[in-house]
Amino acid sequence: MTQTPFAAGGAEAAPPVEVRHLTMQYGPLVVMRDLNFTVNRGEVFVIMGGSGSGKSTLLKHLIGLQASAEGTILMDGEDFGAADAEARKGVLRRMGVTYQGGALWSGLTLAENVALPLTEFTALGAGAIDDVVQFKLALVGLRGFEDFYPAAISGGMRKRAALARAIALDPEVLFFDEPSSGLDPVSASRLDDLILAVKASLGTTIVVVSHDLASIYRIADRALFLDIEQKTMTALGNPAELRDHPPNDAVHRFLTRSSEGVT
Amino acid sequence: MRGRDGREAKTEGRFGCVQGTVSVTAEAAAALAEIRREDDSLVAVLSGEWNLERPAPRFAPLVESALSADRSGARKVRVVNVDASALGTWDSSLLIFLQQGQEYCKAHQLEFGTEGVPDRIASLLALARVAPERVVDREEPRPSAVARFGLAGLAAWDASQVAVTFTGEVIQRGAQLLRGRVRMRWREFWVVVQSNSAGALPIVTLIALLIGVIIAFLGVVVLRRFGAGYYVSYLVGYGMLREMGALMTGIIMAGRTGAGFAAELGSMKITEEIDALSTLGISPIDHLVLPRVLGLFVTMPLLVVYADLVGIAGGLGVSVAMLDLSSTQFVNGMLTAVELSDTLLGVFKATIYGVIIGMAGCMKGLQTGTDAGAVGRSATSAVVIGITLIITANAVIDWLAALLQI
Repeated sequence: MTQTPFAAGGAEAAPPVEVRHLTMQYGPLVVMRDLNFTVNRGEVFVIMGGSGSGKSTLLKHLIGLQASAEGTILMDGEDFGAADAEARKGVLRRMGVTYQGGALWSGLTLAENVALPLTEFTALGAGAIDDVVQFKLALVGLRGFEDFYPAAISGGMRKRAALARAIALDPEVLFFDEPSSGLDPVSASRLDDLILAVKASLGTTIVVVSHDLASIYRIADRALFLDIEQKTMTALGNPAELRDHPPNDAVHRFLTRSSEGVT
Repeated sequence: MRGRDGREAKTEGRFGCVQGTVSVTAEAAAALAEIRREDDSLVAVLSGEWNLERPAPRFAPLVESALSADRSGARKVRVVNVDASALGTWDSSLLIFLQQGQEYCKAHQLEFGTEGVPDRIASLLALARVAPERVVDREEPRPSAVARFGLAGLAAWDASQVAVTFTGEVIQRGAQLLRGRVRMRWREFWVVVQSNSAGALPIVTLIALLIGVIIAFLGVVVLRRFGAGYYVSYLVGYGMLREMGALMTGIIMAGRTGAGFAAELGSMKITEEIDALSTLGISPIDHLVLPRVLGLFVTMPLLVVYADLVGIAGGLGVSVAMLDLSSTQFVNGMLTAVELSDTLLGVFKATIYGVIIGMAGCMKGLQTGTDAGAVGRSATSAVVIGITLIITANAVIDWLAALLQI
């Protein structure tokens, strides 16, 4: 299936993210094997699992920062791993990523951080870019902080600014690594609101890595469970349904926050 | 427990302290464990105040001495019990003792009875007994010396491949930049230019001046023995312009700027800022490496010309002070010997060194690992690689210059 990057709107047929038989390795060490799942357009899809289960590693595979040992990752039906530089850039253009610590460029102000993707990928003039930047920062509640450097704002604000940067180009898929990590409950909940708002208003497909149960129940349409013992995925579905009808003990323990029977 | 309760009551009476874990009397009874024989079991009788800050009995020696003292051929000991009825206050020193007991008994096929242990202690002991988390994929055994040699060789081969790839990429993107196909961040470039020109002047001035002085001292002392003191100016001129000006500036900049680049990009790597660039499809080479390498490429020659002048001034000062020589004689002498090509050779070297320092710093920065020490290691190895390559390049360029008779 060949596709020009900007024809993505007409790609209803292909899911935004599809993973087939993915095996992830660090050197000889297998992290997860035989992962198979599809992310549907417009849903919030959560990758959950215990610490060290490879959630973030899976995210790195999805966004092309790590190459898979086996298997394929299709973005809009396009094999991301095998794509040439031009096609890859097209795929990257259509996705936004928010990193755990925000990963704002520390040498740039918030406005410049949000503006950089726009100057890289669009032919907009300075005034138009400024309008977009103002709007996206206002969307995440950071109006008035345009000229602040990342070091001068709090962790929660940094994550929101990172979200503004990630949605600068109205991506079709937004990846979010651990939205609640390092945040107080209120800030974390505010970020959940934002995620839901982005999904509702922009129709963005959102893939979230998380182990925060409250947040998972709140935002996830479907969730994937990575089992560190089995080294593969052992559950996929709506988290509340999975909690009520757990397919196995590990999922039950995770979704009910219990350490019962752990050896 | 009774003894303990009694003590607590006393504590409350005197200090109003509820827990009573503070020892009351000035010389509290020391922690004590005695072993008593009962039929086929040993009973460890615990008494006194158990406090981490004071020496406490150890389990194994106690039980072993009890067992060896007891060679009467009586029935074999199967159980070790604990009697804590006379126990005073306690803290984790008691837990350590009991855990030793637990492990000792397990290792010697003895039963460890915890019936006599207060519940609070027993539940903590149970936590300590829980099997350690399963270690997934244990580390492989240490390879043999030959294998290690081989692995080191392979690692070196990989590292050099990475270095060659990186160099190629930077050169390729640099060429694209000349053709206007790469958008570089000029602001970053100017920041690098500023911090490595005006910002580097104080240290370059100091070092270059001292190097000029040192060369002049060498010349004065050695050449005077042959009655050739006049030729100090030749030595200072050639020495600064051809070699020392560029070399010393290169070494200073490797330590100052190369390490800086590595640390800067290394911390960007750790905070995922580099990843954030990559996933936007922005090449870190265009965005971060090119401005830095190009910045040094431009500023190093300027710095070297400046260092040359300062060094020569230093040499002139020493020569005039120590020899019967005027400044005019020194300058005239130098100018008859030194040619423009000598200066240009030094300047040419400077551009090469600038590229080396920039690339080594940026490469090490981008290769930084994810732990806290990684940035430090990157900065260190950027300096080591930078200086090594500078000196190597110096030798190669001198050799070529000698061949070409420059």
